[in-house]
Amino acid sequence: MNEKPLSLQAVVKTFADLRAVDEVGFDLEPGERVALAGHNGAGKTTLLKMILGLLRPDGGSISVLGAPPGSAAARAATAYLPEAVAFHKALTGEEVMRFFARLKGEDPTKALALLERVGLAEARRRRVGAYSKGMRQRLGLAQALIGRPRLVLLDEPTSGLDPISRQQFYEIIEEIAATGSTILLSSHALTEIEARTDRIVILSRGRLVANGTLAELRQNARLPIRLKVQGSTETAEEIATRLGGCRINGRSVELFCEPNDKVARLADIAALGSLVRDVDVTPPSLDDIYRHFSGADKTRASSC
Amino acid sequence: MLSRVFAVTGQEIRIGLRNRWILLSALILAAFSLALALLGSAPAGTLGVDRMTITVASLATLSVYLVPLIALLLAFDAVSGEIDRGTLLLIFSCPISRGEFLAGKALGHLFVLSLALVVGYGATAALLFALGSGSAQSLMDFARLVATSALLGFAFLTLGYLLSALSRQTSTAAALAIGVWLVMVVLYDLALLGILVADTSNTFAGMVLPWAILANPADAFRLFNLAALGASDLVGGMAGISDTLPFPPEAALLSLLVFAAVMLTLATAIVRRLTP
Repeated sequence: MNEKPLSLQAVVKTFADLRAVDEVGFDLEPGERVALAGHNGAGKTTLLKMILGLLRPDGGSISVLGAPPGSAAARAATAYLPEAVAFHKALTGEEVMRFFARLKGEDPTKALALLERVGLAEARRRRVGAYSKGMRQRLGLAQALIGRPRLVLLDEPTSGLDPISRQQFYEIIEEIAATGSTILLSSHALTEIEARTDRIVILSRGRLVANGTLAELRQNARLPIRLKVQGSTETAEEIATRLGGCRINGRSVELFCEPNDKVARLADIAALGSLVRDVDVTPPSLDDIYRHFSGADKTRASSC
Repeated sequence: MLSRVFAVTGQEIRIGLRNRWILLSALILAAFSLALALLGSAPAGTLGVDRMTITVASLATLSVYLVPLIALLLAFDAVSGEIDRGTLLLIFSCPISRGEFLAGKALGHLFVLSLALVVGYGATAALLFALGSGSAQSLMDFARLVATSALLGFAFLTLGYLLSALSRQTSTAAALAIGVWLVMVVLYDLALLGILVADTSNTFAGMVLPWAILANPADAFRLFNLAALGASDLVGGMAGISDTLPFPPEAALLSLLVFAAVMLTLATAIVRRLTP
């Protein structure tokens, strides 16, 4: 009995001599919003195509709601928004929606209500050719929501959108997840998925390098916290010697510490009393965590 | 299943109407056929043949050139254009089979082409009939011309899908379509004529030529229409051989159908294997 929205086990796909997807395995739970992160060419789109049954994996197994990918049952339960889709320019938003509703065997009239949900009610009779990029992307999302799919796959849905459109996009995604649909969205903009997803799966060169909540990833990465202590031109040298950090820009000292040592180090800084004017505590950013897991972490030299 | 096929069909018809494909094709067909009808048949009166029948014979020759071109231009981006736009990925992730997708396209394009033919040639037929130069029989000739032109168009539509699926790029598919049109409609006949002239033993004319004509939908179409009109005496040329053929002229129609079926099967097989 395997009724998970999506279950992947040791999936492999090779193109010529390139291992595009290399033994990737993870499960999705109902109602989860999961981000599939990875740099360009990490294998995200290839993985999505295999989940849709458009590409056949060379090894491993995929199951969509217990059915093989590409089967009628899997396709009926899955919706997809490809990266950079361009609907025919001569058609109106309404016509595009009716078309996909018919393809999915759903009621075209009901599908039109979705245009309202993505904020395209006024533009429904206009041609897609006259739509802005944000509107086209929202039309793509509306199309993906036809017939309440149980698994929604979105490939780079927010690339090229302005911040407000992005926010609206994620609000809609949140609403869908609340109705029990599972969402897997790929992205390389980590900062924007931070608060918008329940879990992050990171691919690097086809391999799964991390899978967990943001807090878990933070903990596992054990990246140092950066403390920036600001004194004055006279006191900076003394601060540096007493704390053991590096001087930067004449007045400040920078030091790194393990997450567990944070409080102790702050106590050390507080003990310096009036030598210190200000302290900045910077936890590792998502980009740092991402760099760490994708093996591109060449910075963070420990010495000055 | 049918609702999905018709969804694609409806989409193609809508696009054909919207981007004025139908209008443009109908105008071209009407302009050429009116020119042929009004100017080309002026001296025919002395032959004692219905002016409209003469026009149909001229139009059959016109169709050989125009209809394959219109069909190829309609079909060349059926697959590659959807790949370029990224919509094929989306369509194939929906519960529609690849065969249903192509069938829907073919039906839609056939409708678009037929509408253009009916309007374009119909305008000429209506004008000639109104001028009193036609009979009920010649109207039938017109109807047969329109129907067989649609069949000819269908054969070239399916060929266009095959090219589109093979090339996967719209620009390549467009170039291929023009090349194929040139070869099948213009150069093929020239080559046959060339061989016919060079061949002194007469074996080519007897053994190969009839089948070579049958194999090319454009020639098969012309053969059937001229034979059906009994117009070989009027027009002469290649139509003259229809009396000496080793098969009835109706076989030419069958050949058009077989050609379309083979092309559609091949195109479907390639689209099935394609990763959008």
